[in-house]
Amino acid sequence: MRQVATREKRYVEVVSRTDPDGNVTPLAVVWADGVRYDIDRVLDSRQACSLKTGGTGMRYTIRVGGKSTYLFYEGPRWFVEAKVVPMP
Amino acid sequence: MDTSRVIVHSDMNAFYASVEQAERPDLRGLPVVVGGNEDTRHGIVLTASYEAKRRGVKTGTALWEARRACPDAVVVPPRFELYRRYSHLARRIYYDYTDLVEPFGPDEAWLDITNSVHLSGGDPELVAQEISERVRTELGLSVSVGLSWNKIFAKFGSDHDKPDGFMCVTPENCMRLVWGAPVSDLLYVGPATARKLARVGILTIGQLAQAPDELVRGMLGKMGIVVRSFARGLDESPVCPLDLASVDVGREVKSVGNGITCPFDVEDAVTARQVVWLMGESVAQRLRALGLAATCVGVSGRDAESLLGRSRQRRLFRPTNITSELCAGAADLLCADWDFRHEKIRAIGVRASCLVPAGGPVQLDLDGVEAARLRMASLDQAVDGLRLRYGNHAVRRLSELASPALASLDPERDHFTHPVSYFA
Repeated sequence: MRQVATREKRYVEVVSRTDPDGNVTPLAVVWADGVRYDIDRVLDSRQACSLKTGGTGMRYTIRVGGKSTYLFYEGPRWFVEAKVVPMP
Repeated sequence: MDTSRVIVHSDMNAFYASVEQAERPDLRGLPVVVGGNEDTRHGIVLTASYEAKRRGVKTGTALWEARRACPDAVVVPPRFELYRRYSHLARRIYYDYTDLVEPFGPDEAWLDITNSVHLSGGDPELVAQEISERVRTELGLSVSVGLSWNKIFAKFGSDHDKPDGFMCVTPENCMRLVWGAPVSDLLYVGPATARKLARVGILTIGQLAQAPDELVRGMLGKMGIVVRSFARGLDESPVCPLDLASVDVGREVKSVGNGITCPFDVEDAVTARQVVWLMGESVAQRLRALGLAATCVGVSGRDAESLLGRSRQRRLFRPTNITSELCAGAADLLCADWDFRHEKIRAIGVRASCLVPAGGPVQLDLDGVEAARLRMASLDQAVDGLRLRYGNHAVRRLSELASPALASLDPERDHFTHPVSYFA
């Protein structure tokens, strides 16, 4: 199994829902290769900075495929702390 | 003396450099210097990170000096849009505690939490520390926080425990904490004032607080009485919240100015006039946008060799915001003051002051001067309309195009800052 060397800030496409009060709920993350990752559940949302990749925004703690991770809304864009795997 | 107020002063440490480190984790722990563009002769240190400051890099020095002090300094260009965003986000945190927030530049603010502290638990120290904690977790920046019953001592508190510090100045401990500090630590006591005070043996804030009226007034005029009242903790100025609808321009405008360090040394009167017109046009444009007219025009220049600056101003015959009148007045003033046979200018500034509302009644005259002025005013209005719709480069003066270096400048947009004064 290859090691995760570091993380990088990667802007991604996100499918979201906005309710009449303006609350935004992300529903799915679409990767650059077109693969769609549905978000099972949003566990938390708060304003926070990304210590791993830099930047700040509304941080959603989301569960995707049973694992929790962060998704940031840095209005008007979304970004994730993407894993960077070193070449063998 | 009203000591019941609860004033917090929040100061984001090494702001520009800290934002760069928050945005780019690869810069964390490195001596980071945010510096201007050396190619356009703006190569000075705007902000240095604490790692760089420890190595001897000072704000305001030339980048070559910074590199000499710290050869492995990482110099990055400024990203003002990003800094404005962080400043805005920090203010949003402050507004969670009180609506009385007075920004003092992009990185500092006073908060009056006297009447809202009970909503946040009632303990001012805990509120101040919570603000500091939230800025750190939400923005990734460290702040120093000062807490006191007046704005001056609150700022003293945040200035004195950096980075990431906290100081509470109370009537009980102020003599111990504040009065022993150098007098230059007080707001509005700069190097020149500190030198004057040192000449009569006033070296600490406590000595200034106990100085007699005649002494401070004789040395510093009416400002002497003001800074002495600061030293005594008698400042009762309110925290003035900004009008959110007008963001940073809610204060009364007392003057409008614009200056530039030229991309080249100005060696002749013709080029000097071109630069003055470039700056003056943006000043006149802003005056019109603010609905104001100036009765006084001023120019400043900085010598290319000695780097010494000097300024001149004069009253205008009648209040104006007409570009041609303002620029001609400023250009004549500059060219009369500088001898281009022996001098070269590095930086030029134009300033309009003694402002009055524009658009008042006009007394027409028999020789047609006022009628010509009205035609020029409507021409300016038409040009403003075109620039508003299509950008500042949509309509330009021929003199701007004479120099490619000047042609690339957009003084109305690029050189826009809101000066902050405690006495505004």
